[in-house]
Amino acid sequence: MTAPLLRIEDLRIALRTESATYNAVENVSFEIGRGEAFGLVGESGCGKSITALSVMGLLRRPLALAGGKIVLDGEEIQDASPAEWRRLRGKRVAMIFQEPMTALNPLSPVGRQIAEMFVLHQGAGWSEAMDRAEDALRQVQVPSPERRIKDFPHQLSGGMRQRVMIAIALACGPELLIADEPTTALDVTVQAEIIDLMRELCAAKGTAILMISHDLGLVANMCRRVAVMYAGRIVEQQDADAIFASPRHPYTRGLINSLPRLGARARQGRQRLQEISGVVPSIAGYPAGCRFNPRCVAVTDICREVSPEATPLPADGLVRCHHHG
Amino acid sequence: MLLVLGRRLANVIPTLLAVVALVFLLFSVLPGSFISGMNEDGRGAIDPAVMERMRKEMGLDDPLPERFAKYVISIAQGDLGRSFRTREPVTRLIGVRVWPSLKLVFAAMSFAILVGVTLGFVAALRPGSLVDTISMVFAISGLSLSQFWFGLMLMYLFALQLQWLPSFGYGDGGIRHLILPAIALGVGPMALLARTTRAAVLDVLNADFVRTARSKGMSERRVVSWHVLRNALVLVVTIVGLQFGSLMGAAVVVEKLFAWPGVGSLLVDSVFQRDMPAVQGCILMIVLFFLAINTLVDIAYVAIDPRIRYRR
Amino acid sequence: MRMPRLRLKGGTSLWIGGTLVAVAIAVAVAAPLIARTDPVMDANLMNAEIPPGLEFPFGTDAQGRDIYSRIVYGARISLTVGIVSQILNSLIGVTLGLTAGYWGGWWDDVVTGLTNLMLAIPSLIFALAIMAILGPGLSSLLAALGLTAWSYSCRIARAQVLSLKSQGYIQAARILGYGDLRIMFTQVLPNILGPLIVIATLGMGGAILSEAALSFLGLGIRPPFPSWGSMLSEARDQITTAPWLSVFPGLAIFFTVLGLNLLGDGLRDILDPQSTTRRT
Ligand SMILES: Nc1ncnc2c1ncn2[C@@H]1O[C@H](COP(=O)(O)OP(=O)(O)OP(=O)(O)O)[C@@H](O)[C@H]1O
Ligand code: SF4
Ligand SMILES: [Mg+2]
Repeated sequence: MTAPLLRIEDLRIALRTESATYNAVENVSFEIGRGEAFGLVGESGCGKSITALSVMGLLRRPLALAGGKIVLDGEEIQDASPAEWRRLRGKRVAMIFQEPMTALNPLSPVGRQIAEMFVLHQGAGWSEAMDRAEDALRQVQVPSPERRIKDFPHQLSGGMRQRVMIAIALACGPELLIADEPTTALDVTVQAEIIDLMRELCAAKGTAILMISHDLGLVANMCRRVAVMYAGRIVEQQDADAIFASPRHPYTRGLINSLPRLGARARQGRQRLQEISGVVPSIAGYPAGCRFNPRCVAVTDICREVSPEATPLPADGLVRCHHHG
Repeated sequence: MLLVLGRRLANVIPTLLAVVALVFLLFSVLPGSFISGMNEDGRGAIDPAVMERMRKEMGLDDPLPERFAKYVISIAQGDLGRSFRTREPVTRLIGVRVWPSLKLVFAAMSFAILVGVTLGFVAALRPGSLVDTISMVFAISGLSLSQFWFGLMLMYLFALQLQWLPSFGYGDGGIRHLILPAIALGVGPMALLARTTRAAVLDVLNADFVRTARSKGMSERRVVSWHVLRNALVLVVTIVGLQFGSLMGAAVVVEKLFAWPGVGSLLVDSVFQRDMPAVQGCILMIVLFFLAINTLVDIAYVAIDPRIRYRR
Repeated sequence: MRMPRLRLKGGTSLWIGGTLVAVAIAVAVAAPLIARTDPVMDANLMNAEIPPGLEFPFGTDAQGRDIYSRIVYGARISLTVGIVSQILNSLIGVTLGLTAGYWGGWWDDVVTGLTNLMLAIPSLIFALAIMAILGPGLSSLLAALGLTAWSYSCRIARAQVLSLKSQGYIQAARILGYGDLRIMFTQVLPNILGPLIVIATLGMGGAILSEAALSFLGLGIRPPFPSWGSMLSEARDQITTAPWLSVFPGLAIFFTVLGLNLLGDGLRDILDPQSTTRRT
């Protein structure tokens, strides 16, 4: 078996405030193979984005990596120097951010923002880089790219901006693309276009994807393997098919039940996450024992005292529950 | 660009008219105290004949609206009246003072921008460091200084003690006479710019697009020069425009201190000479200049920020 | 944009500023007790222009008056000007802002126009014009500085009313049968008190600097009365022979205004966390 492209081992991210230090993310481990699409799912605030940022070396105060390993292509990078990070970012690992409205510099034409990639990583001159930026825009199917490269971000729609972000991310043919909720802020129709575009381009170039979303349906559709995060921990990880066929964690089951289903939706109306009551606890207020226990339907006494260990499942899966079904 | 200018002018003209009205009302409706104030400050009573001449010249016996109309019309024709003292047209009196004033104000602002923006930048790039603390202590001290007192201290140290620079006057109009007054005048806006720039840069450094830039594998230096600088500049430009107002107020005092032959010292001298047309002319001139600067700032704004260029 | 702010660790600016201001106020209040001589009358040509030393800590001026005593009394003038002018400005600004936001219509247009007018004239120039007309003296100073710097508090009051209006609070209070005045005092004022205090604190520093500048020009407090600005105006001609005459009044201004600025910054962190009080 060849080494995976990315291996995260026992990742811990600390949130340091003046009064205390919390673990915003802990015990997170997963692997992504070359060209594989891996999904990370969870409700808002469970730590998906900061996990992704740690892979880019972009955690900033008050957050910091506090333990674990990040291994890219057999090489540990968690302690890389700033210069080493710079050689990785953009070139080998690229990222698309959640907010297309603010992720681009408002005062710089989008063409230039793409062209920077060629200047930075491939030693291109500006005029050559601008030509290639135009090609890159064409590849992400932006109409009349020769005109668009001169446009400023505010002149583009949200979908177009996210295409520009994709063009930037894929400009230097990275081995891994991290897409942090790339479509959350977009219309439903545009969402599908963007997802298809990403999938196509990555498949063509053999780029692996770490797809982050709170939409389990979308992720399962796109990825071979899926990890479900809750309150800073991975609570279940399985193949996408298996997770739908036999979800083992009560939280995962809740997520699946809350997915709008054809037919069912017509009768019930739109009810999102109705199956799971309550809200995600905040970092400072994580309950003792299993962090899901206040919301869990299967909770027993042990859940309130002992934090469940990960139980291995077939095909490299795992579940973190005392009463996994 | 033309559109912006047009819109701006449409805003400026009513303001200018209002200022003209205010200056007219302040001085023409209440002239008694202004002129007779002279008796009180011990500079001798005004000759009744002179008083009569003044009343006549100001048309004090005409009805108010008529006087105002005349005043506006003559200003529109570029006529600010004649000085009570020298009988010269006020426009000529002010004319020779404009260039020295402009020189001083722009030199002071250049100093403020150069030092203030640099300090703010350095502080923002290392928040919490010694450099940051020192430059911010420096900045708040600059804001608390009385500019003419600072000028007096500069004069004492660099002109009288060390004798590096002339202590006052305009000299041949060269840079040596300009340095001390410009620094004294610039220290206030310098301090404010340092603080504003620091806040602006810190704000921009936290922006999402800066994270994007970092995710591209850019060095911190490039992140700053390619993405932070311009965005922070938008905020700095606004502050520079607004600071011109207080700068021009302070310029009056600094000009007086250094015996600088500008509009400000003309204004003060004219106040003491009860030379009302000259006082009114100087105030109008200063306001006009301030409005012009703000229009320029708006244009600079448009040149820097494309969002404004295309909006509306 | 966030407010540019000095961030000394953990409220240091509040403490330093508070201490400086407290000292200034104490000196002003206790002036007759701590002054060594009468600031105006005790001239003695035998003691003229003595440099700072044991007998006269800050030295004496050309008439032999004790500079220390004059500075102590000067604190009264500076603080009076600062406090009274800011009270005037706040009253005018809040009244105009509240009524403009509350009633809207032509009155709002008038107030907005007035605010723009105030902003178009550099404030020291405005004050100077008023001093020129009213003539020198403390009451003219209070008018010149108290009537020309209300635009900040006006804007804050107006914005607060408009925001409460849009949230329906005022409508609700009316339905409950509250009168206009009662609504303004119970709903609006408490919300803007914090920012107003910050503005007034910073404004006091500005007023003290303006007083000094006007007195220096001979338009404010006139010699022989010991305003820090008028002391500087007298001292200027003796800068070569008696520099201490210039140093001490200037330092008094500096530390008082520094204290007010630091205090204002510190108060802003507590009273106005959203930093609505930009000083630009
Ligand atoms: N800069 C920060 N300062 C303090 N806390 C932070 C910061 N960034 C993230 N956090 C905390 O870390 C936790 C995880 O945040 P993260 O952004 O990774 O969530 P997420 O799963 O991506 O949620 P979303 O779906 O809303 O993007 C959250 O509870 C958040 O409060
Ligand atoms: S450990 Fe207990 S509380 Fe947690 S998910 Fe499993 S059953 Fe629910
Ligand atoms: Mg996120």
